Formats: sequence, structure tokens, C-alpha cells
Amino acid sequence: MSLNIVVLAKQVPDTRNVGKDAMKEDGTINRAALPAIFNPEDLNALEQALRLKEANPGSTVTLLTMGLPRASEIIREAMFRGADGGIVLTDRSLGGADTLATSYSLAQAVKKIGNYDIILGGRQAIDGDTAQVGPQIAEKLGLPQVTYAEEILDLKDGFVTVKRRLESGVETVKSPLPCVVTVNGSAAECRPRNAMRVMKYKFAASPTEMASKPDEIKAIIEKRPELQISEWSAAYVDADPEQIGLPGSPTKVKAIENVVFTAKESRRLTDNDEEIENLVKELIANHTIG
Amino acid sequence: MSDKNNLIVYCEYEDGKIADVSLELLTKGRELANTLGVNLEAVVIGNNLHDIEKQIVPYGADVVYKVEDKRLYPYTSNPHAAVLINLFKEITPQICLMGATCIGRDLGPRVSSCLHSGLTADCTALEIGGHKDPKTGKEYADLLYQIRPAFGGNIVATIVNPECRPQMATVREGVMKKQIHDVNHKAKIVNLDVKKYVKPEDFVVEIIDRHIEKSKINIKNSPIIVAGGYGVGSKENFDMLFELANTLGAEVGASRAAVDAGFTEHERQIGQTGVTVRPKLYIACGISGQIQHIAGMQDSSIIISINNDPNAPINTIADFVITGNVEDVIPKLIKYYKKNSK
Repeated sequence: MSLNIVVLAKQVPDTRNVGKDAMKEDGTINRAALPAIFNPEDLNALEQALRLKEANPGSTVTLLTMGLPRASEIIREAMFRGADGGIVLTDRSLGGADTLATSYSLAQAVKKIGNYDIILGGRQAIDGDTAQVGPQIAEKLGLPQVTYAEEILDLKDGFVTVKRRLESGVETVKSPLPCVVTVNGSAAECRPRNAMRVMKYKFAASPTEMASKPDEIKAIIEKRPELQISEWSAAYVDADPEQIGLPGSPTKVKAIENVVFTAKESRRLTDNDEEIENLVKELIANHTIG
Repeated sequence: MSDKNNLIVYCEYEDGKIADVSLELLTKGRELANTLGVNLEAVVIGNNLHDIEKQIVPYGADVVYKVEDKRLYPYTSNPHAAVLINLFKEITPQICLMGATCIGRDLGPRVSSCLHSGLTADCTALEIGGHKDPKTGKEYADLLYQIRPAFGGNIVATIVNPECRPQMATVREGVMKKQIHDVNHKAKIVNLDVKKYVKPEDFVVEIIDRHIEKSKINIKNSPIIVAGGYGVGSKENFDMLFELANTLGAEVGASRAAVDAGFTEHERQIGQTGVTVRPKLYIACGISGQIQHIAGMQDSSIIISINNDPNAPINTIADFVITGNVEDVIPKLIKYYKKNSK
């Protein structure tokens, strides 16, 4: 049985390399100022999708991402690893969205895709760590959800069997399709780029990217639909302006504080033997250790 | 405008025992409800709940809603979400708290999506306070401040939900203190009929197998923790931390950077996205001290920081700062412990 698989992915600022201009005055993230990467757990989700595609010949894997136009970079990356193509949902009016406005917007885009059997995504993104968007999309689409997935064990006869990794152990669940599955970082790592695919898809581009390409490249992309990364606007997915972006977000950032620690009385030591021995003796004497 | 609706805590349980995180949230919820002058309510959904309120009421709940059905345990998403959604439409709580556990983080978003109410994940502090909308100038009294580190730990954000109810927040286990309010506290027990809240078609996902495995690594309850950061440098150097931990009868923890770098396993991660700990001694080795990490260990009784950077942020909360290389200092700690202990 061939499947239409949608993978939800996010291009995230690499939170390990955050600079001073990372935040805008309104408390939202200044994404333009940061190095952007493929959200790690979305790569785990992509791997599960590619395995399903291999097991079910004729299946397609479509990436869906919301963000700045440059988020097409992660779609190209996914194509290099095995995805068939993708869509960037991008619009100024989507900016400043909290998880609820984000999930509404993405759910609208999924409805526009229309024909899907399973929706996969990473458990959470490293810039927010909320893990909310997956379940919220499931609710908006009226679908069951399976979170914390570690492995898709089986998919047949309209059901998917999934192994979940929880705090206290492992759970195997069976859900009817379509459904939303969010994948843990403990799942199998995503396969690397495939050299043949890199050759094949290196010119893949979104309309925004195409605009700055030389004419001969444009001509190649226009002739080959598989190289065309879609860009959808909020209006194209019939999103209600009241439910997207900052206005559609029930949560508001009231205050942002830069982190300053209040110093308590620290005792400063060097790695000198005597000082360390005295510290150990002191900790033994006051029953902290020993 | 202030809101006299109640505050409700979703209580999780496993094997007949209410989860610690739920008791911690009841403790915090009692305090917030007192500030607001409202009742504290609890809801527990599952099977074999006969005396479960005895575990809940001493923490200060004024009302306990119970929904009992054998299909409601173990937890699955849709039926539990259906109970909360329909119950909240009826009783319109102003605040709902749940644990930032695999269950709470699965359930909370689904409920918030349906009710169109804001949800903030993994809060490290909850307070009550006023808010003025900078755009409209509209003023709000007594909102829930949902405080959490964000964005790589460089900032602490205070989030509010001015218009939507309930204001929902999840909190990790160990972040709030658990404290009995009054052993003789009295509550109204309300048994709800599952058929009124859950439709048969909500039972869509079937659990085929489930084996509970207590996590082998138990850093949460260890009185001494030796934690390593990115500054430890390698998986091999991490072995030295294990040696020190074995010597002291301690557990080994790690910062997110060390886990991301593959020095050790995720189960050892301490901080906002890992475990919150409050041991009597915390030895931070090569940890710079991002707020996300600090949030998970700042209540340790004694903190020793070993770092070759004398200005590492963690040093400001440390009781003892040893400026030096981890690989020089740890063997000395081992050596002098062995020499001086009986």
C-alpha cells in the first residue's frame, strides 16, 4: 500500500550558539540573526518516514514547515536524504505565533495537502522545548496522537503500531490511520545525505530562492517540477487572520529578563593539594560526605 | 476585573499511587488559590480509585473530581482529554496545572487546543500578579505568571494568558516543593459519570503492551551528585566522574551540553529539560552554568564548582569554587577522600 506521509519539521536557531541580538524588543525571537539548523528530533521523524516509504513502495514523503522563506533549506536537506519535496508555509502575518497559533496554521496547511495517511514530526523543537505543536495539530485535525514514539513497528490494514519511550518504561500502542506521531530523540538517527540525491536535487528551490538564481538555472527548475519547493501563504491555506501570528496567540510574553545570578559568598580555592585536602576534610567533618 | 473561578490540578497516578509531581502541584496550587481567594480542586481519572482522595486531600484540595472506568487506565490521550475538555466547559477553572511528564505533555496541548487556552510548558516558577497590555492599555488583575527559562537559557520569560481560560501550565517533577497542608483537611468528593464525558469513539488508541521499568539511573534521589558539563571534554574524562561518584556513593549527572556532545546518556541530564535535583552536595565539573541547568540544581545544599574559567556563571551560586582543570582536581578529591575517610 502506498502512503502519503507528511513530516512536520522546523528550522530552528541553534540554541547552542546564541548571540546578544537573539531577541527582539517585543520578546519574540530574532531568527534572522542566528545560525539555523534542522530541528534534531524532526530528523528522527524523517528517518521513520523514510523507513515507511521504503517498506511501502510508491509512497511519498512531503515536508511541511512554517517559518521564514529560508526554511526551504531544511526541505532541500530532507530531499537530499530521501524526501520527495516540501512546502514552506511563510507569511509575515504568521510571525510571533505561540504554539496554538502555530498548530492552527500548520493544521490548515495539512488540510490543504488533503491527502495524507500519517503525519510525523519531532517530539519538540530545541528553541522552545514545549512538545505542544504535535498534539495540538492532532486535536485540530480531529486525529489520534501518539507522542514519544521511538519506533514505528508496523503499519498495515489502516493501523500503525508504535513503540513509545516513557519516563518509566516502554509502551506499545496501536492507532488507526490517519494519526499524528511525534518522534523522540532516542529513535534511530536520520540517514545521511545520499550523493546521488544531492546531485539530483541540488537546484531544488522555492520561488523566493528562484528569484535570485541565474536564468539558466531558473529554466532547469521550471522544467522539472520535482525541483520546485512550494511556498504557501496564510491566505492560500485559508487561515483565519484572527487565529494566526501574534493576534492568534493566547499566551503573551509579559517580561523577558536577562539572566543575572545573585552571588552568594563563594569560597575561592585553587587546585593546590593542601587546599583540596582541607576542603575534603571540612566536608567529612560536617557530614556532607563520608 | 478579577476572577473567582477555581484552580484545578490534574492528578496523575500509577499503580494506585498519586505521582509526586501532582502532589507538588497541589502544594503550589494551594498557595496560589489562597492568594486568589479561591478553592483548590483536583481531578483524577482512571480505574480503582476508591480511596485515592486520601492521598490528595491532605495537600489542600477542597474538591476532588473522580472519573472511574477500566478503559481510563492506563492513560491514553483522547479519553483523558475528553474528560478535561468537557469538565472544564462545565466548571470553568481559571487555572489548570499539570505535571510536565509524558502524560501531562501529551494531554495539556490537546486540551488547550480544543479550549483555545494558552499553555506554557515546563514552568520553573508560578506567581500571581497584574498585567497591563502594552498595546491596548487594558489592565488585568491576578493573572498567573508562568515563568520559564527560554531560548537556550539566556533569558527567563514571564508568560501570561490575559484573555483565555483556563490558564494552563505544566511543571516538571521536583521543581516545586511537596508539603502536606493539613492531614485533617476536608474536601467534597464528586464522582463523575464517564459516559457523560467520554464518547466510545474516543477510545481509539489501544495499548498492546506496557512494561514499567523503573529507570536504572536514579539521580533524583541521590544525596550527592557529581555532574559534568561540556568542559569535561570527552566521554573518557567522564569516566573519572564515575570514579569520584563511586568513591563518594554519589550519582553522576550531566548538563545538556554534555549529553548533546554524547559524553553520557540522556537519563543523567539535569536542568529544565532534564531532571530537577536538590542533593545535599552538588559537584559541578566543567559546567559553565546556563540558566536551564541552574534551574535544575540551584536548590542543592552545597555546591562545588570545578572550572578552569574563574568567571563561569555557575561560580556565582557555588559555595566553593575550585579554579583548575577537572582532570587535575578530581583525582585529588578521590585521593584525599580515601585518605581522610574511615
